Amino acid sequence: MDWRQLWEICSAPDNVPIVGLIPLLIFYIYLAWKQAKANDELIGELETSPAMAKTHHRKTWPFRPGWQKEIHVWPFLLRIEFLAAIIVTIILMVWSITLSAPLEEPSNPNLTMNPAKAPWYFLGLQEMLVYFDPWIAGVVMPTLIIVGLMVIPYIDTNPLGSGYYTWKQRKFAIGTFMFGFVILWVAMIIIGTFIRGPGWQWFWPGQTWDHNRLIYEVNRDLPDLFGLTSNLAKAIFGAIVVGGYYLAGGFLVHALFRRYNPRDYKRMSLLQYSIMMFFWLTMVALPLKMLLRLAFNIKYVWITPWFNV
Amino acid sequence: MPEENGNGKNGNRVGLLERVKAGVKEDVQSLKTDMPAKAKEQIEGLKDPTKTQVFTSIFRHKHDDTPRNRALGVLSNVFLHLHPAKINRDAVRYSYTWGMGGITFYLFIVLTFTGVLLMFYYHPSKVQAFRDVLYLEHDVPFGKLLRNMHRWAAHLMVIAVWLHMFRVFLTGSYKKPREFNWNIGVLLLVFTLLLSFTGYLLPDDQLGFWAVTVGTNMARATPLLGHEGPFGKMLGMTPYNDVRFGLLGGSIVDANALLRSYIWHCIGIPIVASVLMIVHFWRVRKDGGISGPAPVMLTEEADKPRRSA
Repeated sequence: MDWRQLWEICSAPDNVPIVGLIPLLIFYIYLAWKQAKANDELIGELETSPAMAKTHHRKTWPFRPGWQKEIHVWPFLLRIEFLAAIIVTIILMVWSITLSAPLEEPSNPNLTMNPAKAPWYFLGLQEMLVYFDPWIAGVVMPTLIIVGLMVIPYIDTNPLGSGYYTWKQRKFAIGTFMFGFVILWVAMIIIGTFIRGPGWQWFWPGQTWDHNRLIYEVNRDLPDLFGLTSNLAKAIFGAIVVGGYYLAGGFLVHALFRRYNPRDYKRMSLLQYSIMMFFWLTMVALPLKMLLRLAFNIKYVWITPWFNV
Repeated sequence: MPEENGNGKNGNRVGLLERVKAGVKEDVQSLKTDMPAKAKEQIEGLKDPTKTQVFTSIFRHKHDDTPRNRALGVLSNVFLHLHPAKINRDAVRYSYTWGMGGITFYLFIVLTFTGVLLMFYYHPSKVQAFRDVLYLEHDVPFGKLLRNMHRWAAHLMVIAVWLHMFRVFLTGSYKKPREFNWNIGVLLLVFTLLLSFTGYLLPDDQLGFWAVTVGTNMARATPLLGHEGPFGKMLGMTPYNDVRFGLLGGSIVDANALLRSYIWHCIGIPIVASVLMIVHFWRVRKDGGISGPAPVMLTEEADKPRRSA
């Protein structure tokens, strides 16, 4: 266990935000979960007793008749904002006094940094470079993430859970988002920051970063495993595998979705449903491709003269 | 004519003198009585400065603690009138809002302030840039604090934006009628990351140089528009005319890239982001203010038309 190495990574000034992000994220997930649980219990109670549903004010916080429903922004909101500004300023001051921004040697195109890392918030994408070619990891994926986020309000037809925390009423939406944000985005950043060392090799926390370490890996392409040699055969095979994934995966998700989300399924138009399917399957393809690579050393699935997937 | 008075010689002249005397006496008397009285009155007046003309010209309403004045305090202030006068009594609960949107905006202000100060000491040229950062660190009074604060506030802003998006998703706040504002928010997220990324190169050290090299190398692989991307070569893309060349102003990260990054960082993106922020905040109000905490909805109510508020 190389504590010094661990300390060096954790205390590198630009890694401190991620060290801070982890407890923050845990705290806010806890905060959201606590309120979702309370709301779900309330919903359960109200659904079993229609009489109560008619009279209850439908929030978990207390409310009595005679209390005002609205309060003045001044002072009740502005004092919070003022306080928040002060607290953030104090945090920034203390952080800036105690920890200096990193400054390396002057830029030198002839001396490559090893590892050369992108800013920490893009490390998830850089980690994807291990599993995908740059045109997917660097261009297509960011575009799909942005477009995928933008279509969310137009494909989520579930009117429930608007304006309050809940889990029961939005299991699919929240589960998908948590998977995308916490696992695929944040966890990949954590791997990119703390695990990836020189040569972008995998170093467990506490393992010394050995700049001379070599890993003998023989990566194969999926068509090779099936003994395909000609370009045409490889291209057709890959297209079948990728197309097959979307078809079979789509069928599986369809079978599950219409069973477990019948209301959403009924509400969604064909366009909404196919867009949801495409983004969902593409997102899930990410960890599947990672698995293929990590467990079976498979580099490409689909090989053509122009691009590889 | 003096003779016309008929009261002897020089009568008029004596009268004039007396009148002058009497007048002066009056003036002196008034100085003795009026001035102290006025002074007293004014000193009395200063005890209540809210009645002075200067004060009333600045503040357009009274400040005694009445509901009307509390509302006017928000509504008649150009900065505060972003807020409504009154809000839902539960909307100030921190456990619901997390305050991350406001903190993001506050950090943007902090970054603008420290950024403008940094601009006084920085030249975006290969010869000067790194030296300017050294100068800031070692010679400029509070220069190190300034730079640290700018960097940490930027990292904190990225985290705050993510947590804001996370909260908005978990509370379903992108649902009708807030779909469009969610999209503005996604764009703001992208611009926040781009702001941070363009700033990364500016110290012109190894860290920034290689991070930006890694980042922009992905642009080589852009499908169609990059010289190493799928179908790029067929469309005549070379390192000297593809999308990466456009980003960097050259085929390598050099002086032009530094200047471009500086201009995007200090002028281009902040303007675009500010415009989007204006739309974002305006739409929050137009879409009915903060989404909640709303009363919970029951499953059987989902497909019924909503009661009008």
